[in-house]
Amino acid sequence: MAEPNIYKPYLMRLEKITEEAPGVKTFRLLFQNEEESKNFSFQAGQFGEYSVLGEGESTFCIASSPTRKGYLECTFRQMGRVTTALANREVGDTIAFRGPYGNTFPLEEWFGKNLLYIAGGIALPPLRCVIWNTLDLRDRYQNITILYGARTVADLVYKHELEEWEKRGDVKLLTTVDPGGETPEWKGQIGFVPAILEKEAPASDNTIALVCGPPIMIKLTLPVLKKFGFTPENTFTTLENRMKCGLGKCGRCNVGKYYVCKDGPVFTLAQLNELPPEY
Amino acid sequence: MAEAKLLKQDSWPGLFAKLQASGRRILAPRGKPGLILFEEVSSPEAMASKYIQTTLSAKSAVFPRCEELFQYRFEGKDVKIEDRQLDPPPTVIFGLRPCDASSFAVLNAVFSWDYQDAFFKSRLKNTAVIGISCRESDEYCFCTSVGGGPGDTKGSDILLTRQDSGDYLAEILTAKGQELVSLAPELFAEAPSAEKGKFLAQVPAHFEVKELSQKLPRLFDSGIWVEQSLRCLGCGACAFVCPTCVCFDIQDEADREAGSRLRCWDSCGFSLFTLHTSGHNPRSVQSQRWRQRLMHKFSYFPERLEVLGCVGCGRCARSCPADMNLLEHLQAIMEAP
Repeated sequence: MAEPNIYKPYLMRLEKITEEAPGVKTFRLLFQNEEESKNFSFQAGQFGEYSVLGEGESTFCIASSPTRKGYLECTFRQMGRVTTALANREVGDTIAFRGPYGNTFPLEEWFGKNLLYIAGGIALPPLRCVIWNTLDLRDRYQNITILYGARTVADLVYKHELEEWEKRGDVKLLTTVDPGGETPEWKGQIGFVPAILEKEAPASDNTIALVCGPPIMIKLTLPVLKKFGFTPENTFTTLENRMKCGLGKCGRCNVGKYYVCKDGPVFTLAQLNELPPEY
Repeated sequence: MAEAKLLKQDSWPGLFAKLQASGRRILAPRGKPGLILFEEVSSPEAMASKYIQTTLSAKSAVFPRCEELFQYRFEGKDVKIEDRQLDPPPTVIFGLRPCDASSFAVLNAVFSWDYQDAFFKSRLKNTAVIGISCRESDEYCFCTSVGGGPGDTKGSDILLTRQDSGDYLAEILTAKGQELVSLAPELFAEAPSAEKGKFLAQVPAHFEVKELSQKLPRLFDSGIWVEQSLRCLGCGACAFVCPTCVCFDIQDEADREAGSRLRCWDSCGFSLFTLHTSGHNPRSVQSQRWRQRLMHKFSYFPERLEVLGCVGCGRCARSCPADMNLLEHLQAIMEAP
């Protein structure tokens, strides 16, 4: 074949499994081929197609930061056929990966700005990549605030990293769980993400807001951001349309003239406002 | 520049023999009215004798309904991937209608606008098209409304037009066409006249497609999509017979020892097409999917890839079990407020 097979995946070795929450795991993957490992690079916001050969592919963001070289991480909830097959893998097994695909967060444009991360539930992984990326370039940014909520304490993912961010003096972390989701030991907030955000009353001056979460959380969070003066141009999110190829061909993630896999997954609210509401 | 020659009616067997002697396989319409498909033939006698349009286009010659992307073999915790060796046979598609010939450009736009799809491109490269103009059309044909015509040369390497004498005017349109002619130069005589208009079907133009493309975005929230799609069964037949529909699925097929990853035709008309694992579906009802089908072909494609996703072949309407007629629906959209 004169041109490479764009559907052929990299073969990865499953190096480490972290149980994040009920049904939610993080995989750390290493390239089996050293040459491929050396030549591989990606940027914050990009995604890939992960698969157990014989079962099919699933689309997840790359949840690790490009500043942490030599491995890739993804976090997923066991839901369907592929994620069930993935969840049944053991350390040492082979996982196939295609990527990186899609656009990226404009991290350099944000130098000198404050960053406000807002995430709900299983949507922290797409932000975790950019959170670590910006923390690893900490002196380039002003204040960094992370607001993260889940239904229950058990459903919070990256618990160790939340502790780590909590301890850092250069990050303000707010964690919250839905009313009724708290435990007796819970020291964080109780309430839905939009309500906690409202209480926090974030300043929008020179600040970028990044919002990832279930549709209902996003829907109720955006008006709060607007109220505090965040413009659509300074509000970012990632779209999660169903995808198969990741290459702008299979047609699945087509929204208006855009392919989420090519033109996204990162969009500003200003861009979303121009799109048909098919995401 | 196109060159006009004359191909005698009785010279097809000779042409087929020369094409095959050069190592090319010939795909031509075969079958009976009701089911005529492009299949490999060894002589023109095997061809369907009379057809306005084949049941399926020749899309599968460059984009098979299902194809292997690669194979793999399980070895303990390891997996060995065997890449596909793509070596498509040199192919001549004979007897393609002008509408179908022009559809390859639409597929090509998708398969090469960004990432290059070697599967499609290697096949297209090894394929030559000898089209045949339409002397007849039916009420489903609307090529002239979407930039084509019964004698349109786009996409053909050689276009044949049957004259009243029974001989064919052969327009040699590309280097690939020249190459085919050079295999049997004795069969191509000087043409006394390159005039072909009087031998072509009369296909009236029904609307101005640029106007349609400009109008569609404004109609996104129109009630017309529900109105038109109420009888849609969501069966996907329209996509499977469409020469330009290119959406696909990727699936695995394997046993304990080995398997392969497959790419198969899919349709935006299926409810599962966009269904998220969470249960959320951005296009959860049929009217949204019908709207997507038309928007993609007549608005998004032109805007994004500068091609129109429709060649006016009429197959979707001919094959629809609920008698949804695309031409009528497009005309209604042109008239919608």
